[in-house]
Order: sequence, then C-alpha cells, then structure tokens
Amino acid sequence: MAALTLDRIGKRFGHVEALDDVSLQVADGEFVAVLGPSGCGKSTLLRVIAGFERADRGAVRFGERLVSGEGVHVPPEDRHVGMVFQSYALWPHMSVAENIGYPLRVRRLARRDLAREVDAALAAVGLAGYADRRPAQLSGGQRQRVALARCLAMKARIVLLDEPLANLDVQLRARMLAEIAAFRKLSKATLIYVTHDQSEALGVADRVAVMAGGRLHQVAAPAALYRTPSDGVVSRFVGPGAVARGEVTKTFANGHAQVALFGREWQVRSAPGQARGDAEICIRPEDLAIVAAEDGFAAQVQRVLYQGGRTVIEAAPAAEPDTTLALSIDSSGAGALGPTVHLALVDGWVIPG
Amino acid sequence: MTSALALPRAVAWRGERVAFALLLALVGLLALVPIARLAQEAIAPHGRFDPAVFASVLQSRAVWRAAANTIVVAIGGTALALALGTAFALLVTLTDIGAKKALVFCFMMPLMIAPQVTALAWINLFGPNSTLLRAVGLAPAPGSPHPLYGAGGIAFLLGIEQAPVVFLAVRAGMRALPRDLVEAAQSSGARPWRIVRTVVLPLAMPSVAAGAMLAFVGCIGNFGIPAFLGIPAGFTVLVTLIYQRLAGFGTGVLSEVAALSLLLALIALFGLLLNGWLARRRDVRVTALVTAAPSWSLGRWRGTAETVCWLAIFFVLVLPFAALAATALVPAVGVALRAGTATLGNFHFVLFDYAATRRAFLNSASLAAGAAVLLVIVSVPLGYTLAGRRPSVRQFVGFVAELPYALPGVVLAIAMILCLLRPLPIVGFSLYSTIWIILVAYLSRFLLLALRPVTNALRQIDPSLDEAARMSGARFARRVATVIMPMVAPSAVAGGMLVFMMAFNELTVSALLWSAGSETVGVVLFSLEQAGDAVSAAAVAVIAVVVTLALMLLANAFASRTARGVLPWQP
Repeated sequence: MAALTLDRIGKRFGHVEALDDVSLQVADGEFVAVLGPSGCGKSTLLRVIAGFERADRGAVRFGERLVSGEGVHVPPEDRHVGMVFQSYALWPHMSVAENIGYPLRVRRLARRDLAREVDAALAAVGLAGYADRRPAQLSGGQRQRVALARCLAMKARIVLLDEPLANLDVQLRARMLAEIAAFRKLSKATLIYVTHDQSEALGVADRVAVMAGGRLHQVAAPAALYRTPSDGVVSRFVGPGAVARGEVTKTFANGHAQVALFGREWQVRSAPGQARGDAEICIRPEDLAIVAAEDGFAAQVQRVLYQGGRTVIEAAPAAEPDTTLALSIDSSGAGALGPTVHLALVDGWVIPG
Repeated sequence: MTSALALPRAVAWRGERVAFALLLALVGLLALVPIARLAQEAIAPHGRFDPAVFASVLQSRAVWRAAANTIVVAIGGTALALALGTAFALLVTLTDIGAKKALVFCFMMPLMIAPQVTALAWINLFGPNSTLLRAVGLAPAPGSPHPLYGAGGIAFLLGIEQAPVVFLAVRAGMRALPRDLVEAAQSSGARPWRIVRTVVLPLAMPSVAAGAMLAFVGCIGNFGIPAFLGIPAGFTVLVTLIYQRLAGFGTGVLSEVAALSLLLALIALFGLLLNGWLARRRDVRVTALVTAAPSWSLGRWRGTAETVCWLAIFFVLVLPFAALAATALVPAVGVALRAGTATLGNFHFVLFDYAATRRAFLNSASLAAGAAVLLVIVSVPLGYTLAGRRPSVRQFVGFVAELPYALPGVVLAIAMILCLLRPLPIVGFSLYSTIWIILVAYLSRFLLLALRPVTNALRQIDPSLDEAARMSGARFARRVATVIMPMVAPSAVAGGMLVFMMAFNELTVSALLWSAGSETVGVVLFSLEQAGDAVSAAAVAVIAVVVTLALMLLANAFASRTARGVLPWQP
C-alpha cells in the first residue's frame, strides 16, 4: 500500500507548464528525493502535495484517501502533512516550545500531554533546554532542528522538506543530513525531499526522482540512477561524466552492446532490447582508463584538476574535439602526463531511446 | 517567491471566503455605495436620468467663479508644495545634511496638524490683532485687512500643508533610484549638481509629477484653510461654496450640492487618474537591487543648508504656533502678553467651563478612538484575505478604499447625508443629526490609513510563516489571531494612531455632519473663530496641536517594530 500516490498531475502557471503529467508512488516510510534544477517544478510538486497549490489535472492520494483531484481539494490545514520550509518558517513572536507545540494546540491537546510531546520532540532533535528561546536567538542549524521538531510533534505521516539545507553553510549540511536521517528513523514518516543538490539527494534517499521542465524523467535508487540513466537529461544532471554520440553495432543477450565510438569499437552495458543504430553513450570517469597508444584513442588534455589523492583529467578526443571527457587518476601518476593521452572505454552505458 | 503572501492563485478556503465576502461588502457599503449614491443624486435625482440640476449648477456664475478660484489656489499651492517638497527631498535623500530625523519630523508637521489650526496660527501671527507682533510693535494698524485673507494667503498655506505630500512621493522615487546609475555618472566625471539635473531628476520625474497631482487633489479638497482665510474676505472656492449652501439652506438643496460635489469630485478624480497613470509610467527597468542613494558631502555649504532649513522651519512652523500660543495665553484679544498678563484661564475655560468645547473634546476623542479601534480590527483580516488574491482584485479593492480618503471630504460628507438621511432599513431610525453619521463617515474616510500599514507589513512577512500554520492544521480565524495579528500588530497599531490623529483633528466632514451635541474639535474651533472669540479658539487649537505632537512622539516608540514607510515622518 503506497503512502502517497501522485496520478498524472498537471499544473500551469500562465504559459509555463510547471507540472506535466507527473506520476509517482511512494511507499510507506520511504524517503524519496526530488532532484532538479531551479525552476523545474519540484517546489510546485511539493506545494501540490501539501495543498498550497491546486493541481489543474490529476489526483493526489494519501493511502486510500483522495486529497486532491476529481473535484476534491482538501485544504492544507486538513491534510496533516508536515513541511520543513526553506526559510524554516518559525513564528518570531513565539518561543521554541510554542512553535513546536502549535500544531498540538490547534488540535486542542491537553496541556500536560502537550508539554510532554514538546519536551520529547525537543530532546529528539537535541535542543532540550532551548524551550524558552526565541527563534531569533537560534543559529541556522538550530532553527532547522526546531522546524523538524515541529513535524515530529505533530506526528505527520508524510513530511515534505523544501531545500532544507539551502540556507546552511557547507560544514553544517553534513550534520543536518545526519539529523534528517535520525528524524526519519524516529518518526517512521514518509519523506519527500526536494533539492537541486545531487550529492544530498544521492546520499540520503531510498529513491531519487529526477525532474526537469515539469516532468519526471527517472525515478530510481541512487545507484541505478548513476549507472543506468534513462535519458540524456538524467545522465547530465546526475553525477560527473560525459555523454557522447556513438553507434550501437551489435547487441548481446546479457545486457551488453558493442558500440562504435571515437573511431573504435567498445563493449558497454545496455538496456534489454536495445536497438542497433545511433545512440547516446553515458561515460562516467571510472569508465575510462589511460592505456597504451595502440589500445585506445588519442585525446587532448584540456585541464588537470588536483584534488588531493586523486587528480581529475579533462580531455577532448581528437576525433570529437567538442566532447569533454573526465577521468580521475591517482595523483602520483599525474605528473607524467603529456599534452595527449590515450584512453580506453572499460565500461559505459547506452542511454535507452 | 519573495512577494510575501501574494502567491499566485493561492487557494482560499471556507472561513476565509466568508470573511472575505463580508469584508468586501463592508468596504463596498462604506466607500462605493455613498459615492455612487452621490453621482445618482447629481445626474438622476428622481431615479431617472435628468441632467437639469447638474446643468443649472453649471450655468451659475457663482459656481464658475468658485471653480476658477479653486483651480487658481490649487495651482498656486501645488507649485509652492512642489518647490518645497522636491528641494527638501533632494536635500534629505542625497546629502549629508545633519539631524535628518528631526528635520523630516518638523517638515511633516504641517500635514499632521489640522489645516484649520494652521490657518488660525497664521491669522494670529499676522493681522492687526497679533499678540506676538504687538509685543514687538510690528502689528498692522487696527482695522486694516488681514494680509493673508484671499487667494494669495490661501495658496501659500495650501502649499506649506501639501509640501510633505510631494516630499513623500519624491523621496519614495529617490529610494527606488539604482545606485549604479548614479555611480556610473560619477565615474564619467559628472559633478553632483550635474548628476541631479541629468540623472536623478529625470528618473525621479514620474514621482515628482505624481506628488504634484496628489498635492493638487489635496489643495482642491481642503476646507480648513479657505474657510478661515476665504470666507471672511468673501473669497469662495467650491468646497466653501458647498458648505455655505448646505449650512444656509439645509437639506432642501441636497440635489444642488450633490451636483456641486460631483463637479468637485470629477476635478479631483482627474488628478487621481493622472496620478495613477504617472505611477504606472514609472520606468520599470529602473528597479535595481541596490537602491541606496548616494550621500554627497555638502562640504562648506552644509552649515548654510542647515541654517536655511532650520530658519524656514522657524518661520513656517515655530513662529505661527508661538503666535497661536501667545494668543491662547492672554485673557482677551488686544491685551499685551507679559509675565503679569499671561494666564491659563483660556485652557481651563475650553476644557472645563464651556460646555460646547468640553463636549467637542469628548466627542472628537471618542469618535477618533472608535474609528481607530474598529478600523484596525477590520483592516487586519481584510489585508490578510486580500493578500492571497489576484493582483487585479487587490488593486480594485485598494482603489475603492482610497476613494473616500482621496476625494474631498465635502464630497464624502454630502454622500453620507444622502445615504443616511432617510431612516435605515430594519432599525427604523435615521443616523442623520446624530453623532453616528460622523463615525460612519470617519470609518469610510480613514479606512485607507488603517489598511495601508497592514498591507505593507504583510508584504514584508515570509509567506511560509502562514503556510506553516496551515500545515499545522490552523484554520482562518485561528491563523489571523495567533500568527498574522501578532506579526502585523505594531504596524496596525501605528495605523490606528494615524487614524486617531487625523480623526481627532478633522473638520471638513464634521462641518457638514455635526448637529447640536455632536460638535467636534474642528467644528467648535471654526465656530469660536467665526464668533470672534480668538483667545478661546487659540486655546482649542493649542490643545489640538499638543495632542497631535504627543501622538506622533508616542507612535515613534513603535517605529522600530513597524514596517518601513508606515509612519510618514520616519526617515
């Protein structure tokens, strides 16, 4: 039984198709990240789920319950969906405890129960003792945790996070990601996490939904997304690497294909039923290796980026100088590089379609 | 996404819809219905289109003379206001002149003080009976006409009163001026004065023009100044003509004064529409992120500029009110002010002994407090429900709320008489000739003053604060009470204080709506002056000034917590 079902959601703002035929099923307790560039519609999707925007087409269901579509629109105040806003949305005129207890006061919880729930939520996010502070007296990370505690206290079964780390500095982000993982364990809620940062999305989510131009391009586990992107948009947006045009010359039953690329033939992975002909090949850094001249194709080194133990090499194949390939080598070998290297494809992925 | 609660097509729900419908109906009843009723009375007095009354009004020579006088003094006043307001705005926003806060506070005073009080102060300053001039032996000979009576004096005082309006508009325009445009001119080698002429003023021109239009409308609708300086000299403008007709002939001439009011409203509406057009014409490309104006050093001219400013304030503000205070302190007109003759008797008289003035202070304070409290209570939910609407809806409601404030007060008063003369349905009695008609008129006239600070404050609130409350399960009424109200409270209260200040000093509307027992401070001031009791009138005026000043200073205590631009005298 899916906790959240989006069925062919559509939403226009003027001439902009903010959401175009978006369908998604999220299992109970699952953590799904929605990843996409800014303006791709991912925040609108979140606002449709929360009820702040009304979809033009399609339906939203929480379990069996229809909350949007078919003439129904349950207002946000009746959806019982938790949301962590990018700005945290803590009321400046209320203390930390009042902020956290607000959803419970709205539901007229008895005073003693309310205090207990608030204390438990505060303790869970490590802010015991901060109950009487004002939001203005807290740091960004602490505000974030109060916003989480508010969702925890209201015991929402679905919690939406709208770029929750966008306003935090880099060091704090890793800590807050751990905090969100802990929140998930404690609340057992279904989490939808919207971000434009792929490292956040790939690092924490069970599944990642890649969105662009109002459409969902691929929904898959992080590793699958990285190894087998469904189209060029996904392969460019997720992870480093390059997309090159080649030709599938032969297909094998075991999910591999032979492709002609940069003047040679290589064996790479492919989807079952991949047809022969022109295709896009996704090449990740680890799919490339530096080899002897007779085993690979020549490429012009464009940039050498030192990154500690590893060094990233960017090189353009002599046959296709407009394509930039990236590979990562041990820094100890980087000094011996000439202006031209010879590269071989040890792996790769034929982008379907 | 920073446009605050004004999200596109934000969804509205049951409680909110009901509240919005009720509030819209209220705004319509207060603002739209009376003005529509006035227009109907003027051009279709018996339910049928009949331009006879309107046409006969237009054929009267007295009307044409009054209309011509109105436009002449309005143009004169606007010209003076434009010169003073623009120069002061340039000085305050672009230079390092000292004590800006105090300067702006003093410059705004003439707008905050009731025009009839200002007029009385100037009458007391010059004129044969001036206590102050007599003390230094400079008073004109007894029996000579007052130098300020007539068109020149009226235009002069209108200009001083409306200069702050131009100042506010121009300053708003200068604040939207992108700093990089000025800096680009500087790096091209232009000197400050050239930059003002070639960059700053051309870009600020729509604001200057908009300020001029607002000042023009303000001049046309002003009653206090032409009433005090025009009526004794037989100089009539449209506003005083309407007042005299209605005061002289009673409600029998309602159709005629309605037609006159419509004429006045049309002149004002022309100015308002021109103002709206100019505001839209503001170059949209000039909306940079960095809008801090430069602060040019005046160098060795700084001292001179400061001296000129403070001298002007001394002559325009301090001296007339010193004259007013001097008159209030002598036992009778003509008595010289000395340590031996000074008395607080006049104040005791108007506050405690004389029933009419005592009642008037009580009436004005109650009316002002009632209007302020009711309008704050209405404007918070109204502003909140409006924030979630389409821009076209917001603009329309804003325009409707602005009508009773921007149109001349006389027009609103006549409209209120027309609506409330006959017994109300259901309750079965008429509000006319009770104090309630004045309260209704104040609610209509000052709605905008309460609503604008709330909408300003809401625009500066992160919309997710409201959404977080919805997510928590809070419905409309609870969100207003627990989330919106606490956050906009300082601005709403400041707006309420503006309402109180304006209502307490109000004359134009109440001059036409008062009846025995429901006199306001403005009305008794007018009666005392017409009856020749100059010392009592001066005492009432001084009290009014002190109340205004005290409220301005009290509102300053909220200044740090209100949305920017709520208190007009805050820099």
